[in-house]
Amino acid sequence: MLKPLTTLAALAIVASALVGAVATAIAGAPQITHFTLSNGLEVVVIPDHRAPVVTHMLWYKVGSADETPGKSGLAHFLEHLMFKGTEKNPSGRFSQVVATIGGQENAFTSADYTGYFQRVPRDKLKAMMEFEADRMTGLELTDDVVRPELNVVLEEQNMRVANNPAARLGEQMDAALYLNHPYGRPVIGWRHEIEQLNREGALEFYRRFYAPNNAILVVAGDVTADEVRTMAEETYGKVPRFAEIKPRLRPQEPAQQAARTVTLADPRVTQPSVSRYYLAPSSLKARPGESEAIDVLAHILGRGSNSRLYQKLVVDKNIAVNAGASYDGTTVDNTRFGVYGTPKPGTTLPQLEQAIDVVIDDLIEHGVTAEELERAKSRMIADSVYANDNQRMMAQWYGASLATGATVDEVRTWPDRIRLVTAEAVRDAARRWLDKQRSVTGYLVKDTRPEEKRS
Amino acid sequence: MNASAFLRNKGARALTALVAGIGLWLAAPAAQAMTIERVVSPGGIEAWLVRDSALPLIAMEFAVLGGADQDPLGKPGVANMATSLLDEGAGPFDAAAFQGRLESKAIELSFRSGRDYLRGTLRTLKENRDEAFDFLRLALTEPRFDAAAVERTRAQIMSRLQRDAVSPNDIASRTWWATAFPDHPYGQPVNGTVESLPGITIDDLKSYTRRVLARDGLKIAVVGDIDAATVGILLDRTFGALPAKAKLQPVAYAVPQGLGRRIVTPLDVPQSVVNFGGPGIARDDRDFMAAYIINHILGGGSFSSRLYREVREKRGLAYGVSDSLIWLNYASLLLGSTATRADATGQTIDIIEQEIRRLAAEGPTEEEFAKAKTYLKGSFALGLDTSNRIASQLVQMQLDKLGIDYIERRPALIDAVTLDDARRVAKRLLDPGLLVTVVGRPEGVSSTQSGVAASPSPVAKPGQSPASRE
Repeated sequence: MLKPLTTLAALAIVASALVGAVATAIAGAPQITHFTLSNGLEVVVIPDHRAPVVTHMLWYKVGSADETPGKSGLAHFLEHLMFKGTEKNPSGRFSQVVATIGGQENAFTSADYTGYFQRVPRDKLKAMMEFEADRMTGLELTDDVVRPELNVVLEEQNMRVANNPAARLGEQMDAALYLNHPYGRPVIGWRHEIEQLNREGALEFYRRFYAPNNAILVVAGDVTADEVRTMAEETYGKVPRFAEIKPRLRPQEPAQQAARTVTLADPRVTQPSVSRYYLAPSSLKARPGESEAIDVLAHILGRGSNSRLYQKLVVDKNIAVNAGASYDGTTVDNTRFGVYGTPKPGTTLPQLEQAIDVVIDDLIEHGVTAEELERAKSRMIADSVYANDNQRMMAQWYGASLATGATVDEVRTWPDRIRLVTAEAVRDAARRWLDKQRSVTGYLVKDTRPEEKRS
Repeated sequence: MNASAFLRNKGARALTALVAGIGLWLAAPAAQAMTIERVVSPGGIEAWLVRDSALPLIAMEFAVLGGADQDPLGKPGVANMATSLLDEGAGPFDAAAFQGRLESKAIELSFRSGRDYLRGTLRTLKENRDEAFDFLRLALTEPRFDAAAVERTRAQIMSRLQRDAVSPNDIASRTWWATAFPDHPYGQPVNGTVESLPGITIDDLKSYTRRVLARDGLKIAVVGDIDAATVGILLDRTFGALPAKAKLQPVAYAVPQGLGRRIVTPLDVPQSVVNFGGPGIARDDRDFMAAYIINHILGGGSFSSRLYREVREKRGLAYGVSDSLIWLNYASLLLGSTATRADATGQTIDIIEQEIRRLAAEGPTEEEFAKAKTYLKGSFALGLDTSNRIASQLVQMQLDKLGIDYIERRPALIDAVTLDDARRVAKRLLDPGLLVTVVGRPEGVSSTQSGVAASPSPVAKPGQSPASRE
């Protein structure tokens, strides 16, 4: 275990390159089992018998986008507080047991889900399930533990955001991209709202969202589906279903009609950069095959040193030190397609932005080549084979995909659908979604004002 | 995340029973499922192999001696830049052709250098195995260092260095190493500086790779769907053309300087970053395992370490606080970090220093000593969660000269440490004092000079044997 850190939305972003990537179509791929307990808990079992180890993950279908306006950061704060103990297992006993056996554990929060996981020897799986089922409803909090933890979260905000100009710009860009949807709020929350979070609010949120019928259990490792079913029924199965889980209907984006630009100036910016987010459909909201085409588009346009943006701007024109693109469709509502570039000295941000636009316009006009398409697809499909080598990554993909509305079958057949993406579909996706009217462009620049005037 | 806290008495009893139950299993950890074979190629090149046909893929890791410690004094960054260029064109392929072919076959090949080693990682689908090793061979034996790729890479590193120059984490770390190791390669930044990068020539880069890429210090591990005979053939084909012996510049053994000092670098950020550290214990020292246990109890990454509990859990002063043992070839360190708000920086440093003094003086309790042992026994195998991570660990075991049966012996080595050993080694490890670097606008914390007597001489005794690991 490296550091005891929560992962926040970072996990969702890490997984994004491989969203939903898993393959039965490929030799050696595991037989995934999926069933639902009578109290509504969904269970996914991913066999991996290479070592006597299991990864146990519990995903709740609640994230920062489900928070009440004015209480941003509550989903993430509750994630921290979930380690404070229950009546049956007070005061961090769960973590102590995991630590004593040398297990790994952590938790993470995104806009759409909150997850808890442990990696332990297989004979400890049942114990993990008992602990996790216990804290599904048994959390006990006192102000003595809540107050220091709020300070921990404020230090986390300092570390991830306040100390980091690029992260501060990212928050401003999200807020500008989403005119109406709560994805515009940072997962960690706005600092002035985090400061007001408290025990009562956390417990109210917990009782509203933490229930077996709002959760997904993913177990990957050296275990059979029957074993998991028996253990899950004896542990999670005892937790009563909660009647009041409402569908996730968040305020949706209106038709966006104006390109936005935001600039963040900070004296500590020594390397300026430009980036843009376009509003783009999630796998859940996209038309059939569209999310896959956008994924291939992101790969061809900007993943790695063979991509269009890198080859044109970094290699050919020699005006950037880096350039690329990103897309993560593993969200409930419409997500973002990103492009970015870091200029070389002598190139201005508007010049670089214009050069990025030329690359995008060319792709929209002329499409992609057969060679580019094949290379991207084989690389992406190979990723789904490599994924099988990483138990935690497998559990994460299934968990994140199911928590954002995908089915097990959709996850399993992802490589097949990538295979079907045509050059025409990629070009259509670019034409439809790389529309500046639905975008925000962010400039990160050096603030050259004298320091004393800022404070 | 989070969590932990001290066990209340009720919980502790239940936990003790549980630990006893696990003990038997932990004596033979997940590694039991893993057989490590020693493969020696017809040409005499050795690799450790774990065969696993569950998945159609192969992972390989290797290391050779000589990283940034080979950079000329005053010209840091040569090893890092050269290593970054190994996959930017080789043999008949320029950078674009080389990278394009790798991607078409989904071959993942990368190189990196640390202070002591150059390391490489390869991952391929089984069906592309031979080509994957061919690309590795080209990168090692015929790197091109084309001018365009060199300048592109230089600009990328410069861009990163400019960013690092104002990053509190980076400044705190750079200041720590520069102060601890003046006039020693370890005092120079691995990635170089904005001053040194422009002066690095293609000849510097070629000279470095020619000197270090050789067969004598080479350590290799392979994991995946491949048999020993095939590994042997590929080893010769891939590494056989390298020179027999590396030509390494000698590096002096060193001990960290500046103990007792605090160095504050002002930077306008809301959160102060703190690095702290002092001498560690060498990997081949008989006290190493005891030191490893002590480090775990102090701040070694679980949610129940003393630093975690005192700084984060009880007081909410920081999101992360931890420390680790670092064993380099020519120095050993205990090094930690945290980050905290300006008005709590002094308090946080005080608590860290108090906890270190307390552990040095009193040693660990029996309970935390027992728990640390079971943690360290269990966590090793649980950390081996991907083929590349297993391969990387097997290379590390070779670099550390631990023997191919180390994984089986390891639990007994941990069990052999007594509480008396731990108390003695806690004093040895934690008594020398700390060099602390702080970056930010900490309230009430200012730079101090050391009590000079606390700092031992800069160069260790030459007889002291090297340990290894970055």
